[in-house]
Amino acid sequence: MNPFSSGTRLRDMIRAIRACKTAAEERAVVRKECAAIRAAINENDQDYRHRNLAKLMFIHMLGYPTHFGQMECLKLIASPGFPEKRIGYLGLMLLLDERQEVLMLVTNSVKQDLNHTNQYIVGLALCALGNICSAEMARDLAPEVERLLQFRDPNIRKKAALCSIRIIKKVPDLAENFINPVAALLKEKHHGVLITGVQLCTDLCKVSPEALEYFRKKCTDGLVRTLRDLVNSPYAPEYDIAGITDPFLHIRLLKLLRVLGQGDADASDSMNDILAQVATKTESNKNAGNAILYECVETIMSIEDNGGLRVLAINILGRFLSNRDNNIRYVALNMLMRAITVDAQAVQRHRATILECVKDSDASIRKRALELVYLLVNESNVKPLTKELVDYLEVSDQDFKGDLTAKVCSIIEKFSPEKSWYIDQMLKVLTEAGNFVKDEVWHALVVVISNASDLHGYTVRALFRALQTTAEQESLVRVAVWCIGEYGDLLVNNAGRLNVEDPITVTESDAVDIVESAIKRHASDLTTKSMALIALLKLSSRFPSCSGRIKDIVVQHKGSLVLELQQRSLEFNSIIEKHQNIRSALVERMPVLDEATFGGRRASSLPNTVSTSSGTAVKLPNGVAKPSAAPLVDLLDLSDDVPAPSSSGGDFLQDLLGVNLPPATQSGTNQTPKAGTDVLLDLLSIGSTPAQDNNLSTPDILSSGQDNKPIIASLDVLAAPSLTHTTSSTASNMMDLLDGLDPAPPKPVENGPAYPSIVAFESSSLRLTFNFSKQPGNPQTTMISGTFTNLSSNLFTDFVFQAAVPKFLQLHLDPASGNSLPASGNGTITQSLKVTNSQHGKKPLVMRLRIAYKVDGKDVLEEGQINNFPRDL
Amino acid sequence: MGIRFILMVNKQGQTRLAQYYEWLTLEERRAIEGEIVRKCLARNEQQCSFVEHRNYKIVYRRYASLFFLVGVDNDENELAILEFIHLLVETMDRHFGNVCELDIMFHLEKAHFMLEEMVMNGCIVETSKSNILSPIQLMEKTS
Repeated sequence: MNPFSSGTRLRDMIRAIRACKTAAEERAVVRKECAAIRAAINENDQDYRHRNLAKLMFIHMLGYPTHFGQMECLKLIASPGFPEKRIGYLGLMLLLDERQEVLMLVTNSVKQDLNHTNQYIVGLALCALGNICSAEMARDLAPEVERLLQFRDPNIRKKAALCSIRIIKKVPDLAENFINPVAALLKEKHHGVLITGVQLCTDLCKVSPEALEYFRKKCTDGLVRTLRDLVNSPYAPEYDIAGITDPFLHIRLLKLLRVLGQGDADASDSMNDILAQVATKTESNKNAGNAILYECVETIMSIEDNGGLRVLAINILGRFLSNRDNNIRYVALNMLMRAITVDAQAVQRHRATILECVKDSDASIRKRALELVYLLVNESNVKPLTKELVDYLEVSDQDFKGDLTAKVCSIIEKFSPEKSWYIDQMLKVLTEAGNFVKDEVWHALVVVISNASDLHGYTVRALFRALQTTAEQESLVRVAVWCIGEYGDLLVNNAGRLNVEDPITVTESDAVDIVESAIKRHASDLTTKSMALIALLKLSSRFPSCSGRIKDIVVQHKGSLVLELQQRSLEFNSIIEKHQNIRSALVERMPVLDEATFGGRRASSLPNTVSTSSGTAVKLPNGVAKPSAAPLVDLLDLSDDVPAPSSSGGDFLQDLLGVNLPPATQSGTNQTPKAGTDVLLDLLSIGSTPAQDNNLSTPDILSSGQDNKPIIASLDVLAAPSLTHTTSSTASNMMDLLDGLDPAPPKPVENGPAYPSIVAFESSSLRLTFNFSKQPGNPQTTMISGTFTNLSSNLFTDFVFQAAVPKFLQLHLDPASGNSLPASGNGTITQSLKVTNSQHGKKPLVMRLRIAYKVDGKDVLEEGQINNFPRDL
Repeated sequence: MGIRFILMVNKQGQTRLAQYYEWLTLEERRAIEGEIVRKCLARNEQQCSFVEHRNYKIVYRRYASLFFLVGVDNDENELAILEFIHLLVETMDRHFGNVCELDIMFHLEKAHFMLEEMVMNGCIVETSKSNILSPIQLMEKTS
């Protein structure tokens, strides 16, 4: 006989498949078998149909497509004999799902079977329905199922109950019909019906709040009684597991009690006794007992507060935690996370054990323990906990390190008691796992370092030491390179030594060495190399003796294929060679980055329909890295952010300044900065910063605009400001460290056609004039310089100008030149605005103003709208 | 809800029984089975029986050469599922008499019948071995 005819028995086919040595053989066998089955289906073979379906199910389990067998299932279901029906329903559930349209054809058969006299067939139909019915089937057959909930046979009742669960999930509107029958089910004695009834009840409560109320009022007591009977029941051989009668029912009842008791004090009260009884009486040396205790603890935690019970629960958890079985410990850790919200003190007592679990060999336990530790940290225990975690960081697995690093960094940030500790810990983390540290984290570190001025020397020496020992961690290299560049002189002079430090002598060439090695490393990426180049420039100014050597290093990148490096190398080279006189001014110490604003910016990006300027420009004498009173932040002046006055006004540049970048252009190989949140990234100006409107039209600065003169040059000092570089006309990304806030009236940049200036606003006491200019490559953006003149004879103080634009415009206000306006036009305040018109050419500019100032201590507010903008702006 | 799927897999990673209570396509099933099985088989005796995978948990236990894996929702009681696995094994043991992997393979439909009596739509229906086995024994008597 052909071994693959449809007459093959299931077991022969299985034997044949098991005998295959390779996957290809197996596929061949299966294919032949499927062909035989398909032929049999075509012939409408009656006798072997159920056998074929069994074979199909096995083949389906192996993972081969078997959709051609679906109609066979239907035919089998329609046949009268029980075995055929059985296989048919089984096939139905395995091979089909609720999305197939074939399912609709079954509805009629199922309906007939639901009304069958043989209760086993009814059971079959209920089972199938309960597993895969779709919403329409549910709607059609719901009345039948409801009727069956009251059938005489408990087996049918229990299956009908579970079928109802599926029905109410698919069609929540039908939930009301089931509320009454369920209340009856809950009073049953048969465990099967009881357990399914309880499950149906739980789901009803989830689906419909009225059901929840109803059950809470009527059934809570009944359930408590049932649970009590169950707990006190004598030995029942049928349901006994490990000495406990039907633990599954215990657990389901506890779950339902949890749902009913949550948020409701009365219901919770009535459960207290039974919960206490279960918690104390259940034996915990077997898994079944522990499962019940676990569920009990969960319920206690979720219902309304009762002090005694909670203490009981936490004790149970403590016992679990010290159990040797890993499963129990896992479960305990899970529960403790919930318990923290309830009673943090109690959980703190177990801190040591939890810390041990972080180092456990089991991955699941480690993960849970780490999350728990994270929740436990507070100001008092942060130091020892962090020490433990950082120590563990060294020995943890690679896949765990990422999680661990993220958590440790966030703990350090949130809870650090003092700056030196913060810096220490972060250095350790960076040394161990710098590659896992996210960018925002090390940016924040740099912000903190720059703020902690007394720790500069200490920090830079620690970083130097760290860099000497390990140089594989990218973030560590970047932070170190930045610090060495900034504070190189402190490094060499050993300035600001703290008592705890070991002395270290670093020569200038050592410092240069280490930065050079950062550049030369293969593994350094673009960011690191760029940062190293700028650090070298700073060092060449701080250590004039090494500047020849530095120049050689920098020049090596002149021909680099990466545009960023090439550009920097050329520019810096030129500074070193030709412009020594301004070099020191260019690379003076950076002003302090303000943490508060930085933190605020990280937290949210600011809305920008109304941009305000706070009108105070703080003029600091040049070259001093004093922490500024006014928030500095806008080193980057990203177009959407509220600009804040920079802390260094002054007549000439202190730091390397970025130049006017035409907003839309970006240079080729740049990494675009993260929008709005990365103060530092743009500080180092790796990315292209769109729309940098530095109104740097001080006499010292040339804005780049259309002439490719990227470098800032002081006009007064230099004779030949033009540096003929071959930089592309796309933006030069110099270090946009500071937009030198410039008090002098802005010089109109010589780009683009001129537009007539307008008197935007005039009242009896105030006049505002706008001058326009555009850059030629960018017709959508207009630079406006506004001049305020005081027409009255009183002095205006606290002058604040605010403007709002419609949605299709973008407005960017720079800080004003001052905030007091002398009387009678004796002086003016100037302010620059930049407007980008996304509907350029279609809609003209329009703006609403609000001007607030004080006269003799009284507040005055003036508002107006400007409609007379030139048409084609 | 509750239980999402039940798998029985041998030590070489071949699936011996698969019952899913939520719909997944064939490719998804094979992918999931591959991933989970690899994770569970790689663990040793000392480690705990619960594995977290994506947005659900896997509770598993090894009996001789067969691994029983149950995928459950995150809020399910894991210890109870461990008990359930044991109950399933005991039930099959009572029916087949010293059940082994081959029994399940060659009588796949009977194993499915048993499982269906115990779990429906992801919820546990019946936990009494006699109640579970009675319809099956009835069917065997008639056929």
